[in-house]
Amino acid sequence: MSTHDGHDKRPADVERFPAETAKKINSLATGLLVVGVVGAAAGYFMDAKAFPSAYLTSFFWLTTIGLGGLFFVLIQHVTRAGWSVAPRRHAEWLTAILPAAAVLFLPLIAFAPTLWEHWMGEHAHHDPLIVAKHGYLNPTFFYVRAAIYFVIWIGLSIWFYKSSSTLDSKRDDSVVEKMQAVAAPSLFLFGFSLTFAAIDWLMSLDPHWYSTIFGVYIFAGAVTAALSVLCLINIRLQGVGLLNRVSTVEHRHDLGKLLFGFVVFFAYIGFSQYFLIWYANIPEETIFYKERWVPGWQTISWMILLGHFVLPFLVLLSRHPKRNSTVLGAVAVWMLLMHWIDMYWLVKPNFDHHGAHFGIADVGALLLMLGVGAFVVARRATGSALFPLHDPRVPEAMRAENL
Amino acid sequence: MADPKGTTKTGRAPANVYAVVGMFTSPADLYHACEHLRDQGFRDFDAHTPFPVHGLERAMGLKPSPIPWIVLGGGITGLATAVLMQWWMGAIDYPWNISGKPPFALQSSIPIMFELTVLLSAFGAFFGTWALCRLPKPFDPVMQHPSFYRASDDRFFVSVEAKDPKFDVSKVKATLEKLGAQEVTEVSP
Repeated sequence: MSTHDGHDKRPADVERFPAETAKKINSLATGLLVVGVVGAAAGYFMDAKAFPSAYLTSFFWLTTIGLGGLFFVLIQHVTRAGWSVAPRRHAEWLTAILPAAAVLFLPLIAFAPTLWEHWMGEHAHHDPLIVAKHGYLNPTFFYVRAAIYFVIWIGLSIWFYKSSSTLDSKRDDSVVEKMQAVAAPSLFLFGFSLTFAAIDWLMSLDPHWYSTIFGVYIFAGAVTAALSVLCLINIRLQGVGLLNRVSTVEHRHDLGKLLFGFVVFFAYIGFSQYFLIWYANIPEETIFYKERWVPGWQTISWMILLGHFVLPFLVLLSRHPKRNSTVLGAVAVWMLLMHWIDMYWLVKPNFDHHGAHFGIADVGALLLMLGVGAFVVARRATGSALFPLHDPRVPEAMRAENL
Repeated sequence: MADPKGTTKTGRAPANVYAVVGMFTSPADLYHACEHLRDQGFRDFDAHTPFPVHGLERAMGLKPSPIPWIVLGGGITGLATAVLMQWWMGAIDYPWNISGKPPFALQSSIPIMFELTVLLSAFGAFFGTWALCRLPKPFDPVMQHPSFYRASDDRFFVSVEAKDPKFDVSKVKATLEKLGAQEVTEVSP
């Protein structure tokens, strides 16, 4: 596979999905969307009490995948990475989730009084701790902030995708330079918006509890999930023979290394949060882990430690599994499941105090998010090239090799 | 390492020859030379380049490095050391009540477990590389090639050592020259 001899013997890359394939992908995604809507309706009508928190769980699961994709795009531009032109395009597809997430947020407005009742409801006025936080935690400011997050996310999602798309038809280095220049300040916007969204939508479910590392924890999970999807896209596009040069086993290996790194990073952040709370032993902080250490939730807590860290760490440690499409694919699917369980573990103990009650509402909400995600990502993927065709770094990406 | 008697098994190398060294001007030529030597059945040859050449280990037919296993061994040793050390110090040797925490707790031990795992893994990688490359090595006979200093600048060298069973001075020199090597020179042990 060496390219030192000057001519590349690998089959050329296909530029776009063949019309037939694109049609199949879109109809499959539409099918998933229909299943999702029906599933969510069933979940809502059969278990209306559990549905709002189930919806929030899966909403955050999907949104963080889009945000992880956005982070991947930004970081490739900031580092001027050459190996990753194809995965970057696939991450741009993932950011199509973000405009959809704004629509998916609307039902949360209806669910808000149930979800965030501790600070939106009556007793907010009698609880001195919550009264003290009223300047930040009040419905008006809450919705204004949500609007700001979505403006940032949708703006970045569309602008970076549109700019990158211009490289599909012709080479234009000024576009690349502009994306690189915009990416750096965008990372600040990204970091702050993700952190505050995590505080607003998840941490404020229990407004007494606080953790300064919470945003980073969500970020780590988001990037893990997005990298998992990128691994799956990489494996699939090679498996069907569409990409043979810009996205190869070498890029899969690189994505696997990043996934491994973020699995470790997630554990590092998760432990840092736990460790300080364990050491300080302050009741209003330890409540978070106490709630998650009752029978039932204890099992889920162990699952996060073992399934979100120990298992993928051991599996991905060596280079061989990272280059093996079956093993890496299995780990990627597993990590997406673990990311959902992590979201479930963050949201649900605030409502189910006596152990997890997994039910139809959870399945329905997850199906809806899967359907919406598949639908918007499929539409963007089939409407664009499989990689930025005339990106000046395409030759560099084709040469990528791991020592 | 030079044979003490200065002869190889086949006896086709003069006692004063350690290796034949050839210089190439591009990584591509070096790459092809290595592929050729590998296919000819040579094993005791080496490449010297100013920067890593991707895929050269395949062209040379090198076996995978055992470094990952050394690193894993170092990491597991570090982890075990950290657990045993903290357990023995905290619970056995000098138990002390610090803000009501148990004498030995996994929670408070994890930072040290992490650190020692990383430290001994890094030692494994660093000193493992030294051991496998027999470093430090202030002198190697190959350095006697008059232009060898350019191996750290802009030239690429191949050295075929006399201890290789297929070694034959004149044949190796001819092969290297045919492959495009310049300044093909014998070096003494």
